[in-house]
Amino acid sequence: MGDGLVQARDLRKSFGEFEAVRGIDVDVARGEVFGFLGPNGAGKSSTMRMIACVSPRSGGTLQVLGMDPDVDGPRIRARIGVVPQLDNLDQELTVRENLQVYGRYFGLPRARVREKAVELMQFAQLADRADAPVEPLSGGMKRRLTIARSLVNDPELLLLDEPTTGLDPQARHLLWERLYRLKREGVTQIVTTHYMDEAEQLCDRLVVMDGGVIAAEGSPAELIARYSTREVLELRFPPDVAAPVELMTRLAERVEVLPDRLLLYTADGEHLQGELARNGVRPQSALVRRSSLEDVFLRLTGRSLVD
Amino acid sequence: MTLRDVPLPDVAGPDVPVPRPPAWARLLPAGSYAGRASALVLRSVTASRRAWLAFVSGFFEPVFYLVAMGQGLGALVGPLPGPDGQPIPYAAFIAPGLLAAAAMNGAVFDSTFNVFFKLKYNRLYDAVLATPLGPVDIALGEIGWALLRGALYALGFLAVMGGFGLLLSPWALLALPAALVVAFGFAAVGMAATTYMRSWQDFDLVTLAILPMFLFATTFYPLSVYPRWLQLLVEAMPLFHAVELMRGLTTGAVHLGMLGHLSYFLVMIVVGLVVAARRLDILLLK
Repeated sequence: MGDGLVQARDLRKSFGEFEAVRGIDVDVARGEVFGFLGPNGAGKSSTMRMIACVSPRSGGTLQVLGMDPDVDGPRIRARIGVVPQLDNLDQELTVRENLQVYGRYFGLPRARVREKAVELMQFAQLADRADAPVEPLSGGMKRRLTIARSLVNDPELLLLDEPTTGLDPQARHLLWERLYRLKREGVTQIVTTHYMDEAEQLCDRLVVMDGGVIAAEGSPAELIARYSTREVLELRFPPDVAAPVELMTRLAERVEVLPDRLLLYTADGEHLQGELARNGVRPQSALVRRSSLEDVFLRLTGRSLVD
Repeated sequence: MTLRDVPLPDVAGPDVPVPRPPAWARLLPAGSYAGRASALVLRSVTASRRAWLAFVSGFFEPVFYLVAMGQGLGALVGPLPGPDGQPIPYAAFIAPGLLAAAAMNGAVFDSTFNVFFKLKYNRLYDAVLATPLGPVDIALGEIGWALLRGALYALGFLAVMGGFGLLLSPWALLALPAALVVAFGFAAVGMAATTYMRSWQDFDLVTLAILPMFLFATTFYPLSVYPRWLQLLVEAMPLFHAVELMRGLTTGAVHLGMLGHLSYFLVMIVVGLVVAARRLDILLLK
């Protein structure tokens, strides 16, 4: 891993008795968008904080931009951008001042931050709110400003912790579009998320994390191919009708019984649906869809991602 | 208009080097000091541009006390013995006390209430720590701002004292730097104390420490009014040493013992800074 921006081996983090990260290996290459997918409490944010050099590791080795965070924290932080899970914009400052003051923390000269702030406000589509206070901005606007702020030092590596949690669909898509633009411009990104659609949209490669360990690693397509079938048949039955699970297990490759529905994994969903009908199975509703990372996660952990 | 119209160079990142920390900073955890505390002071200056009213009230508070007590009450009290035993007008007696108290109040307010708000509610320091700045930069930057504010108040109050003819000696010029040392000491200890605060209720303790000092640490009358055991208690208070320092300088009763008062604050500065930086490290870099 000569060109790896981040390299972790047996990385661990504990808080007292509790082990949040229990020995993970991670390699992030320059230019890629790398994802940590997992439910809340999987250890994603703890890992991100260690990479961001704001949380000392409890064990293992970690190299960020070729340096050790324990020794060269300030030097590493000078070259990365961080978008935390919760917006921590400076509420005593305006939109423009937030960007300018943040640039000064990186030691950028006054003229440069002034210029940069204008550029970034355009990027975040906040130019018309330049001199407005931060507090009344909408959630999506605050998020965009936080991302713009993280770019003030032209980072080589951008860390995004749950970038679209709590945003409405429109705001999410706008944000994804901005992140995609950054990727095209060559900014390496590490994203944590518990949304599988976000991971599929953004990530070139990802790891599925659960309980502090990595359960699987690959591109979204690879993971789906490896851990799931091409299609999924989702069936719902009325509460008083027992689903013929035994028959289904024989016809489908795999069956997951969830509280509200059954997931039948198969290469051809329509075909399976027809075969079930021939066997007299009458579900309340049936839906054929492509497999997603959600199914990968279910397969790997036996649990849903978002519950 | 895109973020960057020009293609990125191979290695992006700011061309501003992060300076190596000085030797003394190595007493603290690695990476806790980037030598850029001034950026945080600049942030406070920017943020307070719209909050100038706080400055006005901070300036007038001691002036009101001076007028009410010095002129009003002073007419009834008459002259008091100064630091060297020579009688001085009552206003000239309490003015240096008020100067010391103003330095204390400004520094403590900034380093406790304001810092606590930024620490717990604004999450300002979480954002700052994502940049090259470390806990030592935060401690120095916030204390530096408290200091700057204290200096402005002290300067304003000294000017008022001059206007009332209460600066009795050219030594009074040194009252400004002395006020800075006093403010620095209180700000450092205040910030260290704030890192132990759990809720706003704990700030009643701050008031409980500040108010008795303001009233009893010889601000308004000399130490000789107390019985010996109370004198010892008062002499242990930091504000007492600040008042002694200021009163000696503005009345011209300067002696070597004042270095002792000064060193009280030097100890407060060092202990406060080290404790504050270490505690911030524990609180923020989990």
